[in-house]
Parts: sequence; C-alpha cells; structure tokens
Amino acid sequence: MKLVGFPLLLMLTFIASSAQDRLLTRNGSISFYSRTSLEDIEANTQTAVSVLDKKTGQLEFSVLIKSFTFEKALMQEHFNENYLESDQFPKSIFRGRIEDLSKVSFDKNGRYAVSVTGELTIHGQSQTVTTPAIITVLDGVASANAEFNIVLADYKITIPSLVQDKVSKTVRIAVNLKYQAQP
Amino acid sequence: MKFIATAFVVLITLGPVHAQDDSLLKGLEPVPAKKEYVTNAFKSSRVVNGHSMELIGKGVLDVRILHRFGLINDGVSEWFGLDQASMRMGFDYGLGKNLTIGIGRTTFKKELDGFIKWRIVRQATGGSPLSLVFVTGVSAYTFKNTDPQKEVKFSSRVGYYYQSIFGRKFSKRFSFQLSPTLVHRNQVEPGDVNDVYAIGIGTRFKLSKRTAFVVDYFPVLNRPANSTTTNSLSIGFDIETGGHVFQLHFSNSTGMNERAFITDTHDSWGKGEIRFGFNLSRVFTVKKNQKAG
Repeated sequence: MKLVGFPLLLMLTFIASSAQDRLLTRNGSISFYSRTSLEDIEANTQTAVSVLDKKTGQLEFSVLIKSFTFEKALMQEHFNENYLESDQFPKSIFRGRIEDLSKVSFDKNGRYAVSVTGELTIHGQSQTVTTPAIITVLDGVASANAEFNIVLADYKITIPSLVQDKVSKTVRIAVNLKYQAQP
Repeated sequence: MKFIATAFVVLITLGPVHAQDDSLLKGLEPVPAKKEYVTNAFKSSRVVNGHSMELIGKGVLDVRILHRFGLINDGVSEWFGLDQASMRMGFDYGLGKNLTIGIGRTTFKKELDGFIKWRIVRQATGGSPLSLVFVTGVSAYTFKNTDPQKEVKFSSRVGYYYQSIFGRKFSKRFSFQLSPTLVHRNQVEPGDVNDVYAIGIGTRFKLSKRTAFVVDYFPVLNRPANSTTTNSLSIGFDIETGGHVFQLHFSNSTGMNERAFITDTHDSWGKGEIRFGFNLSRVFTVKKNQKAG
C-alpha cells in the first residue's frame, strides 16, 4: 500500500503545487537602456513569460530576443544580427529565487522589498545576478519589479570600437512582471 | 474533511522539493514564431550599383553619396584615377516597410533619376523561400544642348527601367539574387537598340559581423554587334558602422543609375580598365516606431 501510495502522492503534490503556488504571466515587461552622451538606446518587450513559486520563492522568466522593439528599425536589426545574434541565441532566461521570501505575504496587500539571486543567461552566457526587487501584492494580484545593471562584456556582447561612444558598456535592465490573478 | 485539508497542506509543502531540478517554465517557455521574416540579406539597399533585395525601414531616410573615380591604370599622374570623380547624391525614403522611393542626381551626363521599389514577397522561415522585389525608375539628362543644329526634346533625354529581383539569403553569410532588367531609352544612336535587356547577378558573402564581400554583375543580353558597351562588373566590400554603410569597390562602370551602368558602361576588366569607387550610406530615422505598449 505504501509503495502504491508514494508515486501517487508525488503526482498529487506536483499537481497541487503547480496549480496552487505558481503564479504565471505571459506578458511580462522587460526594458533595457543604454545611455551615453551621444545616443540613448532603449528597447522593450511585453511578452516575457514568467513563473513565480509562492512557496519556494523560485522565480524564472524567459524572453524572446526578437520580441524587443526599438524606436529605430536599424537599431533593432543590428541588435538581433550583430549584438545578441538572436538566430543563434533566440532566448534570454533568468532562473533564481527570492532570498528573503519570509518577508512577503501573498495574501496581504503591500510592497515588499526583497532580494533576488539567480542565473541570467543572455547571448548564451550565464552570469549570477543579485538584485533588490519589489514584490507588490494588490487585491490578490502579485507583481515583481526589479532594475539592475549588467556589463555587456560579461555576456560576450562586443561593441565595435567605431561605435563604442554610442553604446554603453553597462546596460540597465528593468523587469516588470505582473502575474495573473489566481482563480 | 479536515484530514484532507491537512494532507493537502503537507502535499503542497512537499511538492517543490521534488520539483527543484525542473524549470518552472517547463512547457511554458515562449516559442519563436513559426513564420519569421529573413532580414539582412544585404547590408545595404544596393549590392553595389544595382538594387539589392533589401529595403530600408519605414520612416527611414537614406542619404547616399556615391563616388566613381577615374581609371586606376591612368597611373600616378592622375593619382590612379582619384584626381577625377563622378558622383551621385541620392535620397531614398521608406514609405512603408515594403515600399521605398528615391531620387538622385549624377554628374555623369547631369542625369536626374527617381525610382519606386516595392517588395511583393518577403523571404521568411516557414514562408516563402525567396524575396521578390519590383523596381521601376526613370532618368533624364539635364545637360544643355550646345549644338544649335540639333534639337533635343525633353522626351529624347528620358529613359526608364523595370526590374524584378529574385533574391534569397541562403545562410547567415551567403545571399544571392537575380534581377532581370529592361532599360528603355527614348532616343539612342543609330544602330543601337532602345530596349536593353540585362540580368543582374548580385551576391554577398559576409566576412565578419560588420564586413561583407559583394559582387554585382549586369550582363546585357541583346547588345548590338557593333556596340562599344561592356557589361558592368563591380566587386567590393561593405563595411557597416552603426548608421553608416561604406561600400568600397572596384568597377568598370561610372554610371550610378540603372540606365547609366547597364547601357552606358564602356570600360573593360579584361583591358585593365578598372576604377575605384565608394557608396556612402547614412540613414536617419525620420519617423520613429510606435513603441509597443
């Protein structure tokens, strides 16, 4: 009986855990900014997919590089072709967790300042990122917001010397994930 | 009932432990669109002289400064041709992502030209294997007639061209296109033909992220036997730096519009009659993209 029960239990836990504890969004917003005295570059996507596990604090998001839109068509072309090489590395992924999950209560309205640590993969290169983040709970809807800087060289994104004054070596990334309300 | 609830809580807390290794996003990750347009088959909207299968973006102004120098084999006294230059200043504008218009003026025969370029089919993964682009243009000499015996009507200064470009980006590096072209000139010398048929062959091989090797060849199919014209062949390098594209090349033609380089090229690679030239393209985003969201 015990032997039969255990796999069943595992199955049940999986179902229970995914249905109850995991918050999902398919239209997370991610923006990035490169500011130099010569040129400001920014791009945004609204199609990041993210899951946040309320029980474990695990937080992941994945985004298609080609979904980023720029003001200038040529920038978008160069971003995909020369910098991020999106045909070769179509996605960027973050896998991490909220370090101080105990501060957050998902049932109560509030803004909770937390720290998130995880592995960010861009351009096929993975780096550990730690950033302060804000979890906001408003009427049962949770959002996660964070802004942090990355150094392009860490992800093997090279800037040719001819445009090095126009593209910042450090890029600011803003993540804004508003999770779907749970039924 | 209470027992079930307790069991549930236990199950919930247990759940993540075994799910640890799995990605939370398993089965949820965004998938690239099945149909995706192929971009950057060529660095520029021209291979060298001829139109490439690429169009400039919507709301983009492409200012193009072209130079063709003298013959390299004129030697050191002419500084290998660099002492003399023929130039074209052109302005192309992207009315839509599939529609570009452009005007230009060339010092060679003081010619004005304009064109409309329309992409009918765009190569896409999971879509068409080819891009099909149609270009039509008009040109007119504006030089003053100095021969009082001869009347030159405006219509006799005018020429037209119609071109279909069938192009494909075969790999990240290699692109190839064929462009059957008809150039019509309203007035020609006796013995010459008004309608000239040519088939453009253009190819690009990328050498690095920002440089490419290009060949642009326009064999004429119906050249009269006594004609002194030759087929335009240009070989060069594209160098891209942000909003600029520099196209440096060697060519046997001076013409910088379709009438001129297809039907008015007289030098020959075989005789060493080669000249240096460059195209400088600088794009300005006149109308910015509506930002998403």
